[in-house]
Amino acid sequence: MSAHADFAAVLLAPTFQCPPGLKTWNGSDPAKRFGVYRNNVVVGLVDALADTYPVVQALVGEDFFRAMAAEFVRQSPPRSPVLAWYGAGFADFVAGFEPVAGLAYLGDVARLEWLRVEAWHAADAAALPLTQLTTLLADTQALPDTRFVLHPALRVMSSAHPVVSLWAAHQADAPEAMLNEIDMGSGEAALLLRPALDVEIMRIEPGAAAFIGRLLAGENFGAAVAEDFDLPATLGLLIRSGAIVATARSAS
Amino acid sequence: MPAPTRPTLPNLPRCGGVGLKPEHFRTILDTRPAIGFFEIHAENYMVAGGPFHHYLERIRADYPLSIHGVGLSIGGAGPLDAAHLDRLAVLLDRYQPESFSEHLAWSSHNDIFFNDLLPAPYHAGTLALVCEHIDQVQERLGRRMLLENPATYVEFAASTMAEGDFMAEVVKRTGCGLLLDVNNVYVSCVNHGRSASAHLRSLPLAATGEIHLAGFAEDVDAAGDRLLIDSHGADVAGDVWDLYAEALGYVGPIATLIERDNDIPELAVLHAEARQAEAMMAALGADERQAA
Repeated sequence: MSAHADFAAVLLAPTFQCPPGLKTWNGSDPAKRFGVYRNNVVVGLVDALADTYPVVQALVGEDFFRAMAAEFVRQSPPRSPVLAWYGAGFADFVAGFEPVAGLAYLGDVARLEWLRVEAWHAADAAALPLTQLTTLLADTQALPDTRFVLHPALRVMSSAHPVVSLWAAHQADAPEAMLNEIDMGSGEAALLLRPALDVEIMRIEPGAAAFIGRLLAGENFGAAVAEDFDLPATLGLLIRSGAIVATARSAS
Repeated sequence: MPAPTRPTLPNLPRCGGVGLKPEHFRTILDTRPAIGFFEIHAENYMVAGGPFHHYLERIRADYPLSIHGVGLSIGGAGPLDAAHLDRLAVLLDRYQPESFSEHLAWSSHNDIFFNDLLPAPYHAGTLALVCEHIDQVQERLGRRMLLENPATYVEFAASTMAEGDFMAEVVKRTGCGLLLDVNNVYVSCVNHGRSASAHLRSLPLAATGEIHLAGFAEDVDAAGDRLLIDSHGADVAGDVWDLYAEALGYVGPIATLIERDNDIPELAVLHAEARQAEAMMAALGADERQAA
């Protein structure tokens, strides 16, 4: 079955080569025709990355993005036919990509966009009924030892860069005006929720992000509340968004 | 290897169908158009939850469904990806589609997924491999599948069989059905300087379970001859409608999908093409009644 190996060896090669053993009805050079396959492969995978990383693309421009993505495709082609999950390593690639070394925030913007895809396709789960939650939150004896199970689509991230503001600016019709307002020196924490069908990305306090991160790690409520942040507002946000799907008392 | 006992047979209605696109989810649920069936690409729904499943569940509740795989690599040199076959089984179990189909092509090699429908030479070695893979798929999924004839841009010096004979032998050995892609017949025949009509007749048409119609893009090869690209990015071409009419003459009215994956227009545009296919099926019936 050498035809497969011959194709596979050159489909993603950096320079164009035509595999051997091809023929054409009119005797024309098969290289032009093989180029259709080669183009389909790279364009299709770059398109998949462009779908996942639209803000990264907007920040660097389409031409540059496609060239950068093509490099990634050649270095890290997909291992699975489920393309929704292609490009998990793109943020690290972008963060280490020499030509964009001056855009220190780019890797974290990519990380945020990847989390958005994870949130988008995550499993569904019903929120804990409000009556159960209010009873629990009023039970100051039990609450500290309670573990909160959060919605499978919930994600949280902290960045040294204003990732939420950069992302939000590109949801607007005229990003430039909003981009000029961003303090590029300030870090931001992001919370991703899927209260209905759409993923919502919001900026939260760093302390709130740390709290949610500890809940995600399985810590009890009491241990998760470690630093100073607006706990009632954070809990209110989680409850309103249906992000608390179960609770469990720890054995201790 | 025999086909599995009591397999589920492909059973789409003899209507026009449309490829389901996220762009059209809301329009479909809001307007409930009289479209005969929808077809999805299996791989797009191999995720745990979220909006894709939300909409598909609601649409599937009201419409017949075809699940069309684009990543199984049935023509691949290596073994089938067992994990991928498991994902397919889960998806088919969840949505119970009227039909499952895949391609005579390969897309993975040594664990790399190329995301394209790549060609293989037609000879005894590929034939044995393809049949083994189809047996495995049909056994694992407990159903008969349809195999789609490919659009190709090159041919192999190593090929010893014509595509029609190859497909016929696969159908005979595995019991699978034919997904007759009329656009692919046309594209391949232009690309390889052949008669589309003769090629059409060489396929195992009696096993046809569904027809695909789509649009192509025009290029030229190194000699300046037409080279058609199976782009799924344009309206169905006039020549392809003509070839479809000829195919209907051989196979009779049959589930016919309008495929559109690029430059996706409003649903109404695709629905109109699906209605055109239905009108041609209806005219065929009228002709037959007149002749009788």
